[in-house]
Amino acid sequence: MTLTLTIIMLLPLLGAALIAAIPAAKATLVKQVALATTLVVAIATILKALSFNTESTALQFRQSYSWIPSFAINWAMGVDGIALVLILMSVVLAPVVILAGWNESEGGRWGVKTFYILILVLETMMIGVFAATDLFLFYVFFEAMLIPVYFLIGGYGSGERAAAAVKFLLYSLFGGLLMLASIIGLYVISGNNGGHTFDITALSELHTSMSSTTQNVLFLGFFIAFAIKAPLWPFHTWLPDAAKSATAGSSVLLLGVLDKVGTYGMIRFCLSIFPDASKTFTPVIIVLSLISILYGAFLAIGAKDIKRLIAYTSISHFGFITLGIFAMTSQAQSGATLYMFNHGFSTAALFLVAGWMATRRGSSTISDFGGLQRVTPVMAWSFFIAGMSSLALPGLSSFVSEFLVLVGTYTRYPVAAIIATFGIVLAALYILIPVQRALHGPTTPGNEDLKDLNLREKVAIAPVIAIIVVLGFYPSPLLKIINPAAAHVVSQQGYSDPAPTMNGGK
Amino acid sequence: MVTSTSLVYLIGLPLFGAAFLLLMGRKADKWGHLLATAMSAGSFALGVAHFFAMTNRATEERALTQTLFSWIKVGNFDVDAALLLDQLSICFVLLITGVGTLIHIYSISYMSHDENRRRFFAYLNLFIAAMLLLVLGNSYLNLYVGWEGVGLASYLLIGFWNQKPAYATASKKAFVMNRVGDMGLSFAIMIAFATMGTVSFEGVKDAAERAGTPALTAMGIMLLIAAAGKSAQFPLQAWLGDAMAGPTPVSALIHAATMVTAGVYLIVRSNFVFDAAPTAQLLVVIVGAITLMFGALVGTAKDDIKKALAASTMSQIGYMILGAGLGPVGYAFAIMHLLTHGFFKAGMFLGAGSVMHGMNDEVNMRKYGALRKFMPITFVTFGLGYLAIIGVPPFAGFYSKDMIIETAFNAGGAKGIILGSVALLGAAITAFYMTRVMVLTFTSKARWDDEAHPHESPVLMWLPMAVLAIGSVTTGFLFTRGDALVNWLSPLFEHHEHHEELLPPIVVSGLALTMVAVGVAIALLKYQFKDVAAVAPTEVSWATRFARNDLGQDTFNETIFMRPGQALTRGLVTVDEVVIDGAVNGVGAIAVGSGSTLRRTQSGYVRSYAALILIGALALLTAIWVVTQ
Repeated sequence: MTLTLTIIMLLPLLGAALIAAIPAAKATLVKQVALATTLVVAIATILKALSFNTESTALQFRQSYSWIPSFAINWAMGVDGIALVLILMSVVLAPVVILAGWNESEGGRWGVKTFYILILVLETMMIGVFAATDLFLFYVFFEAMLIPVYFLIGGYGSGERAAAAVKFLLYSLFGGLLMLASIIGLYVISGNNGGHTFDITALSELHTSMSSTTQNVLFLGFFIAFAIKAPLWPFHTWLPDAAKSATAGSSVLLLGVLDKVGTYGMIRFCLSIFPDASKTFTPVIIVLSLISILYGAFLAIGAKDIKRLIAYTSISHFGFITLGIFAMTSQAQSGATLYMFNHGFSTAALFLVAGWMATRRGSSTISDFGGLQRVTPVMAWSFFIAGMSSLALPGLSSFVSEFLVLVGTYTRYPVAAIIATFGIVLAALYILIPVQRALHGPTTPGNEDLKDLNLREKVAIAPVIAIIVVLGFYPSPLLKIINPAAAHVVSQQGYSDPAPTMNGGK
Repeated sequence: MVTSTSLVYLIGLPLFGAAFLLLMGRKADKWGHLLATAMSAGSFALGVAHFFAMTNRATEERALTQTLFSWIKVGNFDVDAALLLDQLSICFVLLITGVGTLIHIYSISYMSHDENRRRFFAYLNLFIAAMLLLVLGNSYLNLYVGWEGVGLASYLLIGFWNQKPAYATASKKAFVMNRVGDMGLSFAIMIAFATMGTVSFEGVKDAAERAGTPALTAMGIMLLIAAAGKSAQFPLQAWLGDAMAGPTPVSALIHAATMVTAGVYLIVRSNFVFDAAPTAQLLVVIVGAITLMFGALVGTAKDDIKKALAASTMSQIGYMILGAGLGPVGYAFAIMHLLTHGFFKAGMFLGAGSVMHGMNDEVNMRKYGALRKFMPITFVTFGLGYLAIIGVPPFAGFYSKDMIIETAFNAGGAKGIILGSVALLGAAITAFYMTRVMVLTFTSKARWDDEAHPHESPVLMWLPMAVLAIGSVTTGFLFTRGDALVNWLSPLFEHHEHHEELLPPIVVSGLALTMVAVGVAIALLKYQFKDVAAVAPTEVSWATRFARNDLGQDTFNETIFMRPGQALTRGLVTVDEVVIDGAVNGVGAIAVGSGSTLRRTQSGYVRSYAALILIGALALLTAIWVVTQ
């Protein structure tokens, strides 16, 4: 039997079924099964990825089965380089999250079993949403993902978790509705032009038979849904609340993986189905991206809560990603996808450590900490390295992607690139301010007896930091996967990289 | 061993030392410092071997390149991880690892009572590795990794005792101001790629002719901003004084001899950009001239021995930047002053550390005095550095500084006269403030408290000081004998036509020595032959207050950048909570129709929302128009 995307995708469900059969009293066994499942999925995906042909721009590992024939809906899967690295990121993060938050399921509303079933179901959907090549199938995953996340925040979070969960759900549903309307529109149009279809390759040829108004309207339906998910300014206010209330592990999945569905969707659907509308809206989107970069950074500088701070830094980072997607050069496009991958890991590291700090201290307010470097050196160092990655220190992975986005943007939109570059100074502030307040200075009362990371926590954070460091120096393996797909996206839009501007260019 | 394949070990040894000591943790406390010192020494030995191998090769075969792997390749953007060792970088390799190793040795003793000595040595090794990468990278992007790497090491070492909030703040200030400079480096790289399609030194050099003056001018100005950040040049100088919070060996190595001179390296390395961009080059000399005066003036008013030396460093780098801005004729002199300064300033900083060591970590020179008798070795080594920096022949600084002053005068026209005069005046002020340091510390009457028991430092500390003092005496003579350094470096630079000499060299030297004598004399009159107050007088002129206050640099930055920035942050936080989130919640409440109380409170804002949304829309439209121009 060959290892198909569908099988990989269904593996977590199998684990969830196993957990359902375990007696609730055996909490440790539940956790072990969940961890083992996610590890198997990660290994299976990596093995599968090794056979990915990095020379080809086509979708690979394709499968297609008729699902609902009366609406021409297929169970269709396949990946290009962009989707593949996002799946890789998701499946590697899953076991890290489970190991790191070994005890965060306890004290929730529905117990340990439900928590891990939700996580595993979510993992299935994370793979599915990136692998679906049928628009309807994508939509099903896109919307269904909300359910486990809603319960993970509302049932296992802290503080005003219920309110945050509802806010998250309403925002997402609102975007989802707009997208659904656009999907129906597309379906109708495809029916008038050679037969109903949800196949994304077929849909990408439809734009020639759409008026520019139709394209613009349908484009906005998709774009707003994705801009909420990513999130882009001014659709962002649900994120800090959700990130603060969710458990650290859920926040990692939320910011690291789910939000990427937004930026991924922009590439896969907005650009490929509506190239003309994309061109029309590019100036607006670039400005929104720039606002997100600077606004998110300023809000992070002003944040008093460490989890909200990380959420705001992500808004800034998503600004970079969207900027890269719409700058339409191969450097910026490859950089944007690499950015998605790298952001997954640096934010995971930040959030996991912030979560450990908050659990130990019983507070996530930055001013409650102080002097941790001398009390809990390993935890402090982990936070520091993650922070350095977040501010894109050269030599760590985020630098490569951020610089690619900037240099790629500069060749087409120099003013935008110059404005975005101011973000690197703000990034230094939003990382070093919490570092100084929480890790440096004298040890403040209430922090003297905090425990440093235990072995399990060290094992969880070590691979994340290793990935951050190794990919900073050697990003080639990922770039080789991403480059053909990213270049394809750019050329499909009718763009080619600007040539060097000097006389008789090289 | 000395082929191109071994270049990576220059960096690899100290990098391994840093990683190993950090990962080993407390288990390595007993011997960590020895390993780190050995790694630095090993790198130095390899550097020396490379140097001699290089001298044995013909001029055109001296440069070695080692390509390690393809680092970032997307479309035309193709950057290798590759190292370049040529006549310029070998000078830095020897300086960094040579002075670096001496400072490792010194620190074994200086830091022996610190419970985190191992971590200190790990950071030192990290610094050495990053600094070597900075000077060995063969492209602007490789340099960038080292550039921020040394920034990181500097941050970690300034904040080594970051349990003191002021020290933590100092380290953050240094990092953030450096990032402002790094933005310049980012822009320079973007400009290079967009106009020339390459970011390697060789590629840019080849393409520079065709790139056109506007692009090169823009790139040159951005490189200057980068250099100003790293080298504490005006207007990004404010972090260096505070950086003295770091342990004194760090001040000697990073904030005097090596890292802060990286800006000079960047400009000299980019000679092909500046030669073709006269406007950018003019800005370089202006920045250099302003900073050399700025630092010198600040230096006259500091009572903290380290801050006085830091101001002096800023001023001396101003000389180097000035030299580098004078074009092909000045590059080699800038590097020469950089190298001699590396010896004498590192030596004096270690001397300052030695004094602090003997004086219970007191840094206030008003509490020193008469230490000549108690610390004879420190006195002699510091004194030799002093003679070098003020430019007394035949000490090192005389040769290198004199060359820069001479070249400045010969820059032609009013520019030459102004620059030359500034450089001369700077020499007088340097002589004044350095004599002040010397007198207050070593030769004036003792002013210390009863608890102080000044004593000479142990051999591990004075030996490095002695070696550096020998360098302060000999290097100027060695570099200039037969124009050795100029000839060594000249294949890297454009050849220049010989300028008319405004003044014959002997006259310039005479003028400079006269100025030095005046500066020394004034300082002796003020401090040696009068009693010095152990507490700094408060009834002083506005000029003294202004100089003590670093010419208002912090006030300026706080007023122009920090407070408006903080206000903007507070404003945006409010906007986010009240307007954006408030609007969403309000719309939600109205749509749901349930929250009647909510609705009443929110509807009052409706008109404000409408106005804000209108303003926002207009701002957005403007922004879109600007961005797409």
